Amino acid sequence: MAAHLSYGRVNLNILREAARKELREFLDKCAGTKAIVWDEYLTGPFGLIAQYSLLKEHEVDKMFTLKAGRVPPADVKNIIFFVRPRLELMDIIAENVLSEDKQQLREFHILFVPRRSLLCEQRLKEQGVLGCFTNIDEYILDLIPYDGDLLSMESETAFRECYLENDQTSLFHTAKGLMTLQALYGTIPQIFGKGECARHVANMMLRMKREFGGSQSQILPVFDTLLLLDRNVDLLTPLATQLTYEGLIDEIYGITNGYVKLPPEKFCQKKQGEGGKDLPTEPKKLQLNSAEELYAEIRDKNFNAVGAALSRKAKIISAAFEERHNAKTVGEIKQFVSQLPHMQAARSSLANHTSIAELIKDITTSDVFFDNLTVEQEFMTGVDTDKVNTYIEDCIAQKDPLIKILRLVCMQSVCNNGLKQKVLDHYKREILQTYGYEHILTLTNLEKAGLLKPQTTTRNNYPTIRKTLKLWMEDANEQNPNDISYVYSGYAPLSVRLAQVLARPGWRSIEEVLKMLPGPHFEERQQLPTGLHKKRQQGENRTTLVFFLGGVTYAEIAALRFLSQMEDSGTEYIIATTKLLNGTSWIRSLMDRPDNQS
Amino acid sequence: MAFVTANWNPLGEAFYRKTELYEMGWNLKDGLRDCLFAAAPYGGPIALLKEPLRRSPSARPLMEIYSSSGVSMASFLWKSGVVKQLGWTVSDDLLCIQEDGTVLVYDMFGNFKKHFSMGSEVVQNQVLEAKVFHSPYGTGIAIVTGTFRFTLATNIDDLKLRRLPEVPGLQGLPSCWAVLTQDRQSKVLLASGADLFILDNTVCTAVAPPGLSPQATSIVHMAVSFSYKYLALFTDSGHVWMGTSNLRDKLSEVETKIRAPPKQMAWCRRPKSQQPSVVIMWDQQLLVAGQCKESIQYPLDDDSVLVPELDGVRIISGTHHEMLQEVPGACEEIFKIASMEPGALLLEAHKEYEKESQKADEYLREIKEQSLLGKAVRQCIEAAGHEYDPDTQKTLLRAASFGKCFLSNFPPDQFVSMCRDLRVLNAVRDYTVGIPLTHTQFKQMTVQVLIDRLVYRKLYPLAIEICRYLKTPEYQGVSRVLKHWACCKVQQKEEADDVIARAICVKLGETAGISYSEIATKAYECGRTELAIKLLEFEPRSGEQVPLLLKMKRSQLALSKAIESGDTDLVYTVVSYLKNEMNRGDFFMTLRNQPVALSLYRQFCKHQEQDTLKDLFNQDDDHQELGNFYVRASYKERRLEARIGLLQSAVDEYYKAKNEFSAKVTEEEMRLLRVQRKLEEEKGEHLVGFSLHDTLSSLLAVGLHKQAEQLYKDFRVPDKRYWWLKLTALAEKEDWEELEKFGKSKKSPIGYLPFVEVCVKHHNKYEARKYVSKVTPEQKVKAHLAVGDLEGAADAAIERRSEAEISTVLSRCSPTTDRALVERLNRARATAAKK
Repeated sequence: MAAHLSYGRVNLNILREAARKELREFLDKCAGTKAIVWDEYLTGPFGLIAQYSLLKEHEVDKMFTLKAGRVPPADVKNIIFFVRPRLELMDIIAENVLSEDKQQLREFHILFVPRRSLLCEQRLKEQGVLGCFTNIDEYILDLIPYDGDLLSMESETAFRECYLENDQTSLFHTAKGLMTLQALYGTIPQIFGKGECARHVANMMLRMKREFGGSQSQILPVFDTLLLLDRNVDLLTPLATQLTYEGLIDEIYGITNGYVKLPPEKFCQKKQGEGGKDLPTEPKKLQLNSAEELYAEIRDKNFNAVGAALSRKAKIISAAFEERHNAKTVGEIKQFVSQLPHMQAARSSLANHTSIAELIKDITTSDVFFDNLTVEQEFMTGVDTDKVNTYIEDCIAQKDPLIKILRLVCMQSVCNNGLKQKVLDHYKREILQTYGYEHILTLTNLEKAGLLKPQTTTRNNYPTIRKTLKLWMEDANEQNPNDISYVYSGYAPLSVRLAQVLARPGWRSIEEVLKMLPGPHFEERQQLPTGLHKKRQQGENRTTLVFFLGGVTYAEIAALRFLSQMEDSGTEYIIATTKLLNGTSWIRSLMDRPDNQS
Repeated sequence: MAFVTANWNPLGEAFYRKTELYEMGWNLKDGLRDCLFAAAPYGGPIALLKEPLRRSPSARPLMEIYSSSGVSMASFLWKSGVVKQLGWTVSDDLLCIQEDGTVLVYDMFGNFKKHFSMGSEVVQNQVLEAKVFHSPYGTGIAIVTGTFRFTLATNIDDLKLRRLPEVPGLQGLPSCWAVLTQDRQSKVLLASGADLFILDNTVCTAVAPPGLSPQATSIVHMAVSFSYKYLALFTDSGHVWMGTSNLRDKLSEVETKIRAPPKQMAWCRRPKSQQPSVVIMWDQQLLVAGQCKESIQYPLDDDSVLVPELDGVRIISGTHHEMLQEVPGACEEIFKIASMEPGALLLEAHKEYEKESQKADEYLREIKEQSLLGKAVRQCIEAAGHEYDPDTQKTLLRAASFGKCFLSNFPPDQFVSMCRDLRVLNAVRDYTVGIPLTHTQFKQMTVQVLIDRLVYRKLYPLAIEICRYLKTPEYQGVSRVLKHWACCKVQQKEEADDVIARAICVKLGETAGISYSEIATKAYECGRTELAIKLLEFEPRSGEQVPLLLKMKRSQLALSKAIESGDTDLVYTVVSYLKNEMNRGDFFMTLRNQPVALSLYRQFCKHQEQDTLKDLFNQDDDHQELGNFYVRASYKERRLEARIGLLQSAVDEYYKAKNEFSAKVTEEEMRLLRVQRKLEEEKGEHLVGFSLHDTLSSLLAVGLHKQAEQLYKDFRVPDKRYWWLKLTALAEKEDWEELEKFGKSKKSPIGYLPFVEVCVKHHNKYEARKYVSKVTPEQKVKAHLAVGDLEGAADAAIERRSEAEISTVLSRCSPTTDRALVERLNRARATAAKK
C-alpha cells in the first residue's frame, strides 16, 4: 500500500506503521460497530495514514462529516468524533450529543488530533456533555509521511499563526513530532537553525529531551543533522512561480494531500463513433507520489525538460510492446505476459502525464504567463524594484486575480528590502479601490508578516544576499541541470542555498549574509548515549533532515532532491514541513475574509 | 532430593504434584470457618473478615490482612455496612462490596482509599452476590441484585456501570454464574437449572454446552479458567463437563460420583498443557479431574480455600498454604522414575561426577552419542525454574553447568537469566516477603509488575536491589521505586517539611525520570502545600507542574511554567482559570506581563469573545488593532448607517495610531458607501458594497457615463486605470460606437494596443483594426498579429529591423502562408542578424 515510503534513504514507513498501529488500538477500544464523524479538515491527512479498508476491518460501518444538528441515524454501537481541538468544533459536538435520541443506546467517543486539549474538555464540560463520552483520547499525528523523503504536518494555518498571531501551537506540535521521530529513528546529534521559530522549536526539543530524562531512545541515529529553517528567512522563494513539473501542477491546479484534480476533457478515452457525447464532468482525481515510476522520474525536472523525457519514455514503452513479436518460445511469451501488467501501468501513466503536460503547456506558452514570469525575473535580478511597476498597474487595471497582484507586489517589496512609502501607498490604494476596501485587513496582515513593508533604511541588502548566495544564475541549464537554480529557471531558492552551504563549506563562510536575514542562527549538539556513535563508512553520505517551519514549495523540495542526487554532494536530504504550499495558497492563508476571494 | 517424586500423583498421561509453600504464620482460632475470604492471584495478599453476618447490628467484625505466608499486615474493626464480598484489585487494593452496593477500597495496610457505588438502583434492591474479576482492562466487579439483574463494571478505575439485560424467566438467584472476558468484552455466564445463558451489554443469549451428560437436570457450579479460555460445569448428577468457554468444543467429561454441590471448583491447567483439569473441593475432600475416568483424591482435614492461578491452584487452609499443579514437562522428563531423557541422564552424570565415579563419563557419552547434550542442558535449566526447593534448583543448575562444559557455542543467556530469575524468585518467596510466585507466573507478570507489588508492600530496599540486580533501566526500575518511596515519605506527618524535602532530594537527586510533580501532588493531598511547592521546584517538566500549582492556587507561577513548557493548550488552561479567579483588571495586568499568554488569549477572544478583544486593545492603547477591529466589525453589520458609524470609529482609531493612510482610505470607503447609496436611490442600480472599480464598471455598463466620470474625478482614479476600466466595460457591453468616441476623446494614456487586444478578445476584429494604426511603432507587430494581419506584421517588423520580432512573425507563418512573404522575412532576418 505504501511501499514507496520505504524505498528512500530513511524508511518512513516505520512512522506510518506506528501511526496505523495507534489508530487500530484506539478503534479496538470502542468495542462493536462504529460510525466516525469527521472534522472535514482531517480526512485528507488521514488518507495518507489509513484507507477506508483499515477502518472497515475495525468495524467502522459509516462515516459522516461533523456538522450542527444531530448525527445521522446509523445502526451502530459507537459514534466516534475525529476532531482537531477547536472550541467551535466542541460546540458542534455538544449539539450533536444533546440532540441524540435518548432511545438509542449509542456510545460516544472523541479522538483529538493531534493532541488532547484541556481547554476543549473544559468547554464540553460547560456544555454539560463531558460525561457522555466513554473514551476521550488523543491521536498524536504530527508528522505525516507524505512520500519517501517527505514529511508534512499538513497544517495550513501554521505560518499565519506563527508570524501573524504569535500563536506557537504549531511549533509545539513540531517539537513533539520531532521527538516522536527521534524515538523511532534515534537522537539527531546536530541541530542547526535559522530564525525565531527555529530557535523556539530547538529550545523546546532540548527541554523535552531533558524532561524525558533516562527514557532516551537506544537506537542508532538515522539522521546526522537537523536543519530548522523559518519560512520568513526566505520569503522570496514561495512568491516566485515554480517551474518544475510538480511545482507547476501545484501552481495551476493545486495538490492537496497528495492528490490533484484536473479538468477531465483531456483524459477521456477517445473512441471512434462516440464523438462528443457524455463528456465526463467530474474532475479527474490523480494521486501523485513516487510510487508511480514515471512521475518519480519527471516530477522534479524543469518543465522544459519534461517533454523530452516523456517522448523518450514513450519510445521505451512502445519498444517494450514490440518485444512481443520477438517472443518465439513459450517461455519467452510467458515472460512477456508476466511483464504485461507493469507495462500497461507504465503506458497509462505515460498517457496521464502526457495529458497533464499538454494542459500545462497551454498555460506556460501563453502571453500572460510569459509576461508575469518576465516581471518576476526582473524583480529577482533587481531590475527597477524601487519604482511602480507598469505591468502590475496594468494587471490591477484589468482586475486580474488579487492573489496574483499580491504575489507580485510582495515579491517586489522583498526584492527591494521594502518599498518606498509613496510606491507602497500607491499600490495599496490601487488594490483597495479595485478589489474593495475590505482588503485593508489583508494588506495589514502582509505587512505584519514582513511580506510587504515600507523601506526603513535606504540600503537595500537584497543584492548583497543575491550575490553572496548566488541566487541568480544566468546560464541555468534546464535540460541537464548542474545547479539548483534550474527549478526556477535561473533563481536558486535561498532556503535551499542555506542548506547547501551548511553542508559545504559551512555557515561560517556566510556569517555576514546570515546576519542580514531575520532571526538568530544557531547550532546545538545532542549527546548520544555511548555506543551509538556512528562509524561512517568511507563514501557514505550524511543524512540531513531539513524542516521548513511555515511551509515549503515543491520546487524547493525538487532542489533538495537534486542536491541529494548530486554525485559529490555527500549529503542526502529528508524534508519535513508544516505544510506544502505555493505562493497562491500561502498568500490566501494570510488573507482576512478570504472566502470572498477567488 | 531423592524424594522429588514423592508428592506426585498420576492422572491419565500427566502427573500432579502438591507442594507446600508455607506453614501459615497466622494464628487463627477457628481456622477459615465462617469468614469472608479473598486472596489475590499471583501470590498476593489475603483478606479475612470474620463473622460477616453479624449476630447483632452493633457487632463489629474484625478485618484482617495477611501476606501469603500468613504474616499480619493490618487488622481493624469493620465499622461500615454488611459486606457481601471481598476481592483484590490488580494493584493489590482491597475491595469490600457491601450489601447496599457501596464498594470501599482499602490499601493492603488497611488504609481507606476511596469508595464508589454500583448504582442507585442497588440501594433498594440490595446486592445478593458479587464477584471481582480481572481482565486486560483492569479489575472489574459484577453484582447480581435483589431483582436478579446483573450490573457490571469492567474497570473500577474508570467506572462505567453497565446494567445487563434481563434474563427471561429468571425467578430467583441463578444456581451459579461467572464472568467471562471474550472478544474484548466482559460478559456474564449464568446457569438457572439446566439452562445456560450468556449476558452481554445488549442481549441475553441461551447457550448449550456441547455433549453435556443428559442425566444432569441442573448445573450447580461453574468455573472459568484463569485465561477465560476454558469453562468447567458441575452438574447435580455429579458430572464435571470441561470445554472451551465459547462453548464450541467439549474437552472432557468425568463422573465424580459425588452429587453434593462442591464448595469450590477451579481450573488447574498450566498454559500449553494438553491436559484439561479442574480441582473440585468439598468439605472433606479435594478431587482433581482430568481427561480420563480416574481422578486424584486428597482428603481435607481443615476448612480450605482454592485460589486459582495461571498454572495451578493454591490451597490455603488454617495452617498450611500449598500449591497443586500439573508437573511441568521438563521436571517430569528428568525426575520420572526410570526416565532415559537426556536431562535425566545429565543429572545422573553430574551426580556420579560429584562422587568422582567414572560412570559420569558413561552417562555423558550416552547423551553425546545421540547429540542431545544441548537438549539435556536446556531441560535441566527449565526444570530448575519449576522447582520450588532451592536445593533442587541448585542441583539442576549445577548439572546444567556441568553439561555446558562439554558444549562449544552453547548460548549462555538461558542459563544466566534463569539463575537471575531464580534468585529474584527465591527472594520474594521468602517467608518475610511472602509472594509465592512460580517461574511461569513471574514471566507472565513481568519484572515491572513485581517491582510494583514490592513497592505496594513498602519493601523499597528489596525492590531497588532487584532492579539493580536485573539491570532494569533506571526510569522503569529504580526511579519508580524511589518515587513511591517519596510518596510514602511525604505522608509521614511527624517530620518537618524541610527535613522531608531534603531527605527526598538527597535520595532521589538527579535520578532520571523521577516525577517530582507526582510526589508533590501526594504531599498536597496530605495537606502539605508548602512541602508540595518545595518538591515541585525539583520537577524538570514544567508542564507537569501546572495542574498542581493551579490546584494550590499558585496561578501566577502556573502561568509562567505553562509558558515555559511551550504547550499552548496548557497556557490556555491557565489563562481560562485565571480569568475566572481574578477580577478583570488584575487579569489583564497579568496577561500584559506575559506576551505569549496575551496573544493566545487574543486568539481565543477573536473567535469567542469579540467584546473582550476590544477591551484588551483598549487597555493596551493599541489603536491600530482597534481600527482593524472596527473595520472587521463593519463588514458584519448589515445596516448602512451602523456600518458607516463603525468605519468612523475605525478612522478615529487610525488617526490616533498615526496611520494616516489607513484613516484616509477608510474615509474614502465611507464616502463611496454614501455615494453608492445615493446612486442606488436615484438610479435603482444595486451598488452598495461594490469596490470602486466594480461601481464604475456597473455605471458604465448601464450607460451612466456622467456619474462614472464624476466618481473617477472625485476618487482621483489614475487615468491609466480609468482608461483600462472604461475600455473593458464598453467592450463588454459591445458599445463600439461609444468606444470609438472614447478612443478619440484624447490621447490614450495606455496606448492603443489594449484597444486592439480588448476588441479581439470580444471577437470584433473589425473594430480592432481601427486602432492598429494608432499603436506605437514598438507594439505595431503585436497589434497586427492580434488582428491576424500577417502581412502588416511582417512590414512592421521588417521596417523596425528587429530580429526578434521578425522571428515572432515567422513563427506565426504556416505552410499556407504566401511563399514570397516568408522569403522576404527570412532575408530581412538575415540582414538584421548581421548588424
